[in-house]
Amino acid sequence: MSAAAPLLSVEGLATHFFTRMGVVKAVDGVSLSVRSGEVLGLVGESGSGKSVTGFSILGLVDPPGHIVAGRILFEGEDLARLSGERLRRLRGERIAMIFQDPMMTLNPVLRIETQMVEAIRAHHPEVSHAEARARSRDVLGQVGIASPEERLAAYPHQFSGGMRQRVAIAIALLNRPSLLIADEPTTALDVTIQAQILYEVQKLCRESGTALIWITHDLAVVGGLADTLAVMYAGRVVEQGPVDAVLDRPLHPYTSGLIGSVPSRNRRGEPLRQIPGMTPSPLRLPSGCSFRSRCPRADEHCLEMPELAALARGRLVRCVHPLTSEAP
Amino acid sequence: MSTFAEEQAREDAASIEESPLRRLAADFFESKLAAAGLVVLLAVVFVALFAPWLSPQNPYDLASLDLLDGRLPPGSTSAEGLVYWLGTDDQGRDMMSAIFYGLRTSLAVGALSSIAALVLGGALGLIAAYVGGRTESAIMRIVDLQLSLPAILVALILVALLGHGVFKIILALVVVQWAYYARTIRASALVERRKEYIEAARCLALSDARIMLHHLLPNCLPPVIVVATVQVAHAIALEATLSFLGIGLPITEPSLGLLIANGFEYMMSGKYWISFFPGIALLVAIVSINLVGDRLRDVLNPRLQK
Amino acid sequence: MTVLVIRRLMQSAVMLLAMSILVFLGVFAIGNPVDILISPQADQAEIARATAALGLDKPLWEQYFVFLANAAHGDLGRSFVFNEPALRLIVQRLPATLELAFSAMLLAVVLGLPLGLYVGLRPDTFLSRLIAAGSILGFSLPTFWVGIMLILVFAVWMGWLPSTGRGATVSVLGVDVSFLTWDGIRHLILPALNLSLSRIALVIRLAAAGTREVSHMDYIKFARAKGLTRGRVVRVHVLRNILIPIVTVLGLEIGAVIAFSVVTETIFAWPGIGQLIIKSITVLDRPVIVAYLMLTVFLVIMINLLVDILYSVLDPRVRLAEARA
Repeated sequence: MSAAAPLLSVEGLATHFFTRMGVVKAVDGVSLSVRSGEVLGLVGESGSGKSVTGFSILGLVDPPGHIVAGRILFEGEDLARLSGERLRRLRGERIAMIFQDPMMTLNPVLRIETQMVEAIRAHHPEVSHAEARARSRDVLGQVGIASPEERLAAYPHQFSGGMRQRVAIAIALLNRPSLLIADEPTTALDVTIQAQILYEVQKLCRESGTALIWITHDLAVVGGLADTLAVMYAGRVVEQGPVDAVLDRPLHPYTSGLIGSVPSRNRRGEPLRQIPGMTPSPLRLPSGCSFRSRCPRADEHCLEMPELAALARGRLVRCVHPLTSEAP
Repeated sequence: MSTFAEEQAREDAASIEESPLRRLAADFFESKLAAAGLVVLLAVVFVALFAPWLSPQNPYDLASLDLLDGRLPPGSTSAEGLVYWLGTDDQGRDMMSAIFYGLRTSLAVGALSSIAALVLGGALGLIAAYVGGRTESAIMRIVDLQLSLPAILVALILVALLGHGVFKIILALVVVQWAYYARTIRASALVERRKEYIEAARCLALSDARIMLHHLLPNCLPPVIVVATVQVAHAIALEATLSFLGIGLPITEPSLGLLIANGFEYMMSGKYWISFFPGIALLVAIVSINLVGDRLRDVLNPRLQK
Repeated sequence: MTVLVIRRLMQSAVMLLAMSILVFLGVFAIGNPVDILISPQADQAEIARATAALGLDKPLWEQYFVFLANAAHGDLGRSFVFNEPALRLIVQRLPATLELAFSAMLLAVVLGLPLGLYVGLRPDTFLSRLIAAGSILGFSLPTFWVGIMLILVFAVWMGWLPSTGRGATVSVLGVDVSFLTWDGIRHLILPALNLSLSRIALVIRLAAAGTREVSHMDYIKFARAKGLTRGRVVRVHVLRNILIPIVTVLGLEIGAVIAFSVVTETIFAWPGIGQLIIKSITVLDRPVIVAYLMLTVFLVIMINLLVDILYSVLDPRVRLAEARA
């Protein structure tokens, strides 16, 4: 691990969407931190606000969404308060992002070469086209694409989904960013390709010392990949801590429920546990703890929103009845 | 289960019960412009329907015309004290009356030809989608052929072939428009045809005609309604253009196009009102139809629902 | 690629043939042109002589084949009215019409594209709403009425621009063009504007709708995540994607513009083929009508073909799909 000050520190982030039907509080209290070179797994179900968190960090939230509260401290600057031009310089240069659906990530009418070279020259206009092209070719090789020279001249639809995602990763890593945000990059791919991409990304990040935020709903995926885990529910981080600690001794009832509902080799033959009830709609969040309607441990203390508090060293949880002394 | 989840379930159920028609109307009227357009359109239709009762003068009763009153500017009065609010044309006709009657003709021809085209094109499109196979290819080949030619060119060809006369012009307009309806209904029907309720109807051994008319057709209607409003506006504009060029409706059934043509030669000498006011009337009719049709299209298009 | 071209050329040839039969049958089977050219007092002998001279006494199918054979030689009959070869009459007047049509299309792109882009990118500003409302107007207004209004405002009331005719021409490669002289441009502005107005409205709507749709795509977000400037995102990523449908529609619209020039040419007394066809229809000068229809249909078919080729050049997905087929 590295120095004490984290690379990225998100404090109390809230991003709301002001729609005709009401205010959608997609993110309403997210605090997390990532250290340089570290891998953070951001886990949650669909609609928990994890993608919006990723977009908020990069300032890519489109109206009617706005960041309404919080700080996003990165390398000494508060990203939530930066001007448009300052943010643009950071994007693709110091912080990069890859998206969920590789079929739609690349512009269908432009060649791969164009889309890669422009990423370099947008931040380093002094680099010649030939140099940028050479670097692009090298990085394509690094992400595991065969015959990169021919591939540069091709169009996106000539690639499979897995390959397109590799190209996206290559583009993200072109300028050697210190942080990569990966928004469910393997969800849309076959299981075998998933494993390959996971391995590639892990290897690349370790080699270049790039910090990684891996957003996913799949606990099994992050288990082997991440150093730290942050669990999101209904727009808030409810637990954060080192991955093994969280998975072996979860503190928040939701985390425990999540782990319990994943099919695992260790418990073959046992019925799959389900968390009763449904995730509340972000338009109508209940007051107090948003999990209380589904939590077996809920009582009148849960009518007030609990704060994210540190329970032990490096372990944060947002609950007044954490599972401190229970076995999984 | 807690009461919170039950509350939510109840709320969701309530919002489904609002009828789709009411929802449509609510969405439609959100645009002030479209609402205004609808009001204007209704006024235009009203005038067209009740023209004989609303006009101060019957412009086609030659006995009531006085040539000496020709080319009077707006606001002048006749010998009997009749005020020519919009002036008179070269024959001494009150422009306002002429416009009311002209609106009537223009709207009637436009609407009639559109309805006929809808029936013809719709029938062919439905058949093509439902029957498929060679019939479908044949019909769609003709549709594509016709749609690759500009509408006015098709109209020119037909007018050159058929000649003058109200019925012939309406026929020409129908031939110009049927292809749009055919294509729209077919596209719609193709999508609906694959849905399960059609399959269910087939299983019940309902006759093909019944399935097409009662089950398929109502669900294909939304895009057709949008196309229809736009087409009526186009038909009116096309007829006006043809009449203006002198190859449209005959002088016995003057539409707004003919009125404008009549007044064209007087424009240079400053007697603009003979062309100008019929032009405004035509404009108002067409624009209001387009405003309504535009809004309908936005409201009925599921992709643009935010 | 060449397979595509050949296939489309054959389809076009078939269509042209079908059109020729249709047009021929229609025009020649209805009405009797002899009645226009001979005075009503003529006796049977005179009528018979005129009929024979014009070849109208032979059976219909024979007339058609004679017509086709002549057409292959470029002879589409002689005008009854002007007593000149119909094709020559039309070809003489074609450059004027083409000049008008292309000026109109140019205006449509130059004015419509930036306005449409703006509306698509910033739909909620007052200016956007104004442009959008204006485009509905431009689309609905009948061309002939706009033309009349343009003359009224700019020629009669303001006296800035001439109201009729074509300006001074200059010969380029044997063709007379008027946009190279100042006088020519002065005469060209109003009719070109008239003809282009509804196309401008169309381009604005297409560009705005396309921009709105494309802006929400993942690849635009990804482009921004790469740190590209807004300018580049719009110029390269958005524009390239919306151009495809716009070019297609515009290409198909050229045919409509050429056809619509009948209206503009009549109003502005522009000496093109549009003016000619109206007169010919009124007096039933059949050879000219046939020649005009054949030529225009031919032009439209050719333009559609070119647009298809252009489309596959612009959209690499189509190009490669065709190659594989």
